[in-house]
Amino acid sequence: MQPIISVSHLSKTYATGFKALKDINLDIRKGEIFALLGPNGAGKTTLISIICGIVNPSEGSVVADGHDIIKDYRAARSRIGLVPQELTTDAFETVWATVSFSRGLFGKPKNPVHIEKVLRELSLWDKKDSKIITLSGGMKRRVMIAKALSHEPQILFLDEPTAGVDVELRRDMWEVVRSLRDTGVTIILTTHYIEEAEQMADRIGVINQGEIILVEEKAELMRKLGKKQLTLQLQGVLETIPGALEKHGLELSQDGDELTYTYDTQQERTGITTLLRDLNEAGIRFRDLQTKQNSLEEIFVSLVREQRS
Amino acid sequence: MNFYAIRAIYLFEMARTWRTLLQSIVSPVISTSLYFVVFGSAIGSHMKEIGGVSYGSFIVPGLIMLSLLTQSISNASFGIYFPKFVGTIYELLSAPVSSLEIVVSYVGAAATKSIILGLIILATAALFVPLHIEHPLWMMLFLVLTAVTFSLFGFLIGIWADGFEKLQLVPLLIVTPLTFLGGSFYSIDMLPPFWQKVTLFNPVLYLVSGFRWSFYGVADVNIGISLAMTLAFLAACLVAVWWIFKTGWRIKV
Repeated sequence: MQPIISVSHLSKTYATGFKALKDINLDIRKGEIFALLGPNGAGKTTLISIICGIVNPSEGSVVADGHDIIKDYRAARSRIGLVPQELTTDAFETVWATVSFSRGLFGKPKNPVHIEKVLRELSLWDKKDSKIITLSGGMKRRVMIAKALSHEPQILFLDEPTAGVDVELRRDMWEVVRSLRDTGVTIILTTHYIEEAEQMADRIGVINQGEIILVEEKAELMRKLGKKQLTLQLQGVLETIPGALEKHGLELSQDGDELTYTYDTQQERTGITTLLRDLNEAGIRFRDLQTKQNSLEEIFVSLVREQRS
Repeated sequence: MNFYAIRAIYLFEMARTWRTLLQSIVSPVISTSLYFVVFGSAIGSHMKEIGGVSYGSFIVPGLIMLSLLTQSISNASFGIYFPKFVGTIYELLSAPVSSLEIVVSYVGAAATKSIILGLIILATAALFVPLHIEHPLWMMLFLVLTAVTFSLFGFLIGIWADGFEKLQLVPLLIVTPLTFLGGSFYSIDMLPPFWQKVTLFNPVLYLVSGFRWSFYGVADVNIGISLAMTLAFLAACLVAVWWIFKTGWRIKV
């Protein structure tokens, strides 16, 4: 399938000499939620800003829905909506006025029915005549999304959409994003919150120091890179791990009643059968056990560490 | 051409005028009325006629120009600087609008405000002094040309400024003195010969002179030269704006 966004050999060097992006190649599929993860200063916002036309690229090209973002900027930009990281809105405008303004700015004729639909979907309808300055942070974030959706874009960029938003609102926002995807909008989001990517994304890209480290299906990424931990709750208390069990690399909890075994799901043998046999032979009994998959956060941290080393 | 965008920006900017009516319209009208009271009535009553025109009437074109210049610059510079300051410029830069459309809408709105203001001041002046406009079409042409030219100049200042101080710097330190020294309140014939020659280097002189000619048929410099100077300044501003959008100077990184 033709990607909806295709980034080829994209680089950005700022006037200060700082290389924010280094030869980025990335394809975004139509209709997916793509999460771009990366630490501060990794180049996430620069990448989004170039695609949206806010920052000039130094090298390379970007094609959005078949249109080059520079040569055919009108067609490319009319297909893109952007929700920036900062809550930058006109304080003294009403919600209705600012969302209608955005629609006009993107070259679309007035359509009060669509604006009403967007405001209702984002639970902003009863605030339509309120001045933006009177709204809470979460509501302002929704206004930003409404502005970005006012011209019916096919691609929506959400730069840190839930930064500074409380947990409840964050979950509301995730619902909004999912429902947008259901309407066919392709969503690219950057986030610090791994949980956010874990909850919402279909695919994940990790960017660090201006380079894309990997792009992978979320489930595949977690399967490939995810280590699992087996925790055994012991019937008695151990002071040390018996020598016969040392080869398993077990960890003993501080109070001596839990043993943790880490294994790789990608290996042909996980070593669990041998471990359980050795435990039995050592006379160690357990009353319960549980397994835990590594979170994306742990995967992300280890990837960034690997790249640094 | 993205006409919807032009209309959206233009109406947005005009809405700001109506929201800040006191600051945008009422305040300049009050200060101009004070000029008439002080220069027109109090001092003007002791002045002899200039070129057959009473002093009160003589200063009307100059006063309108003074407001037109300062308001055009301040409206346009604030219009483009404010989105940069609060960060809403991102929307403008990511929208499918060309630099020409951006300039037309911002400068158009700023010029419209200034023209409205100029006409209000003209109406206010009619309450104080007898007015006669000899060449009304030329008067409107100079009004529009000056408003557009200085709105463009203000737009440039708004892009150049990276703080509120710089936004005020050019209007306060350059434009206002040039306007006062450009024959707003006197004819350059009233100056010593040396200063008459120095004043010829002041571009505002040509605007005031041409505008005054449209009212009373008397001017410090030839009307053709006035028009040419105004058009030359307009062309210079257009070139600067074109270069800014071509390079993204102070807008894009």
